[in-house]
Amino acid sequence: MKIAITAQDNELHSAVDPRFGRARWFIVIDIDTGDFVPVSNAKNLDTGQGAGIQAGRHAAELGVKAVVTGNVGPKAFRILKAAGIDVHIGAKGTVEEATCQFKAGVLGLAKQANVEGHWA
Amino acid sequence: MFAERRNGSLRIAVASGKGGTGKTAVATNLAATLSSEGYRVVYADCDVEEPNGHIFLKPTIRSVERVGTPVPDVDLSRCNGCGKCGDICEFSAIVCMNGKVITFPELCHGCDGCILVCPENAIRETQREIGCIERGRRDGIEFIHGVLRVGEAMSAPLIRAVKQKLSDEDVAVIDAPPGTSCPVIETVRDTDFVLLVTEPTPFGLSDLRLAVEMVRALNLKLGVIINRCDIGNSGVRDYCAEQDIPLLLEIPDDREIARAYSRGQMAVEVAPSLKVAFAGLWERIVTRISSRNDE
Repeated sequence: MKIAITAQDNELHSAVDPRFGRARWFIVIDIDTGDFVPVSNAKNLDTGQGAGIQAGRHAAELGVKAVVTGNVGPKAFRILKAAGIDVHIGAKGTVEEATCQFKAGVLGLAKQANVEGHWA
Repeated sequence: MFAERRNGSLRIAVASGKGGTGKTAVATNLAATLSSEGYRVVYADCDVEEPNGHIFLKPTIRSVERVGTPVPDVDLSRCNGCGKCGDICEFSAIVCMNGKVITFPELCHGCDGCILVCPENAIRETQREIGCIERGRRDGIEFIHGVLRVGEAMSAPLIRAVKQKLSDEDVAVIDAPPGTSCPVIETVRDTDFVLLVTEPTPFGLSDLRLAVEMVRALNLKLGVIINRCDIGNSGVRDYCAEQDIPLLLEIPDDREIARAYSRGQMAVEVAPSLKVAFAGLWERIVTRISSRNDE
């Protein structure tokens, strides 16, 4: 199963980015094999509005089954839900640690957005 | 060309790069001065996120009109999930995920692109309220302002609606939002002259440069007013001289003016010398508008 972890840089020891829409990187990891591919999400950093929507579309295109991040806003959550992607929030530390947290089942499965959008 | 279209009326936008330089003070005092000189004046506050001209002009509001912006309404029973609507939308206001259309009306800029490309005619236009326009009068001054709904991010359609209310008054004084982004461009476009209000500080100068670039990109005539002219340094004056930008008025950092402002009074009501200064400003603006080859 492939999951995407939001990260501030492109390696397994990079820090998790607590933001979803404006995360600099998505680290796409096959949790069965441990293989990973860093995918830049940089084009969303400067989006005026709708970064969460674009990032959600991006995650769907990558074919991941789950997203692991710190927080998720309302627009991103709607998109991810429509795409059938689970959203796990509260990830901390490095990407590697977040992978372990995901595997151990300690990350909350978001049932709704846990933060406000940056634009009402 | 514009003058012909509007039966000789003139539209003056009062803008600035930096916020808090005195746009509203200049706009309301100019409107009051022109009105007392016998011009038929309309003051239009396009700073719809934070309109405050009414504090000084104290109009009696006569009408309130709601303003909406077009947004898509999708008939999901007709949608075939092709995703063309989402592909054409530059603002992610409509997205197709797994064949299911999702809309985010608050992001929609109202271009109707999704409606045009939908092969199933499944999308129709509906309206989303973004704010209102209030109109009134104070003495001889016609008053219009837009009030954006709290939390609303889309101000340009409301600004456009405010400007559509301008009619055949002799002079329209249009109060712009601060900055140089879309709402400001919407406000100053189609005007005959842009007054840029600044203060003689490094911040004032930095934002003035951006504002000048914006106005020049729009091919509009401009002039600068320095507010609180006796503070700061000579940077703004040097820049204006170097760029050949007319410096039309300097307003002193005066306690009497500040006191009047803090009480919601106009400076021309307490300082008669300023009324003369604003009348002179108007003459210089008219001269600039009628000359062909500056700016």
